[in-house]
Amino acid sequence: MNQNEFVHLVAPFKDKVFRLAKRLLVSTEEAEDATQEVMVKLWNKNESLETYNSVEAFAMTMTKNYCLDQLKSKRAGNLQIVHTNYTDREPSLQQQVEDSDSLNWVEKIINTLPEQQRLIIQMRDIEQYEFAEIAKILEMNETAIRVALSRGRKTIREFMIKTHHYGIG
Amino acid sequence: MESDKINALLEKYFEGETTIAEENELKKYFSSAVVAPHLQQYQSLFGYYASETKQKFEPKLMLQSNKKSKITWIAVAASVVVLLGVGIYTFNNASNDKTNQELGTYDDPEEAFKETQKALAMLSNHVNVGIESIQYIENYENTKDQIFITE
Repeated sequence: MNQNEFVHLVAPFKDKVFRLAKRLLVSTEEAEDATQEVMVKLWNKNESLETYNSVEAFAMTMTKNYCLDQLKSKRAGNLQIVHTNYTDREPSLQQQVEDSDSLNWVEKIINTLPEQQRLIIQMRDIEQYEFAEIAKILEMNETAIRVALSRGRKTIREFMIKTHHYGIG
Repeated sequence: MESDKINALLEKYFEGETTIAEENELKKYFSSAVVAPHLQQYQSLFGYYASETKQKFEPKLMLQSNKKSKITWIAVAASVVVLLGVGIYTFNNASNDKTNQELGTYDDPEEAFKETQKALAMLSNHVNVGIESIQYIENYENTKDQIFITE
């Protein structure tokens, strides 16, 4: 496989890898670095890539592992992820100013969830993976995923109701 | 859409039992203009999910890792330092051995004996030099006897 073919192969899911990394690492820059790293690792496995049924699932697993490692080494080094360099490059942001406030709320709430629930919500509610795919990526069984997903969604609902009732959201 | 159906779907959704199709139905409902007032709190949640998929990975993909090459350079530098250290150390040791050998040995035992005697005599001469200066101590002994009359 040459570079062009590889870039073609990863094109459909590189944004998903980026969004998953961003869900875990929060900062855009770190998520970009992580995506870059995962793609390089994937490129280095070039020869054996054809043996995987789904390169996408494999890439998502690698992303998950890479980001969790990053978070672990950050915590060990007593460093915190800096949120201040967070920039949203969405072009439609200007049009969304009105509801962006409550959308930010949702993002903040999701980012307070445990890592595993964040991963599952990201893959199910945003990327719309089937449970079987998530199970493969996370190396968990489907029931455990449903339970974690339900728990995460309910936590979000609680926060939403609270902020809604205070009239903030 | 009847809000009864949406209510039921939401219930299923929070239990984690909806299918992708049902979740899309929910997303569609909440993105529409008519959302029942008691459900408006969920609007931003589904709106957020829909908006998140628009995020793109923008930088150009680089297939050479910067991080990795940095590590390899550090490894190369470290191994050069180690090699230099070991090299210099062994080089110095080797030259020391050479100077020791250059001091030479004697093959004839007679000659060796003579040389050894000469060396030892030179040593003892030098040791005896010290003794002369110690002989002054006897003077102290004499003076002390003059001052303190011993019985």
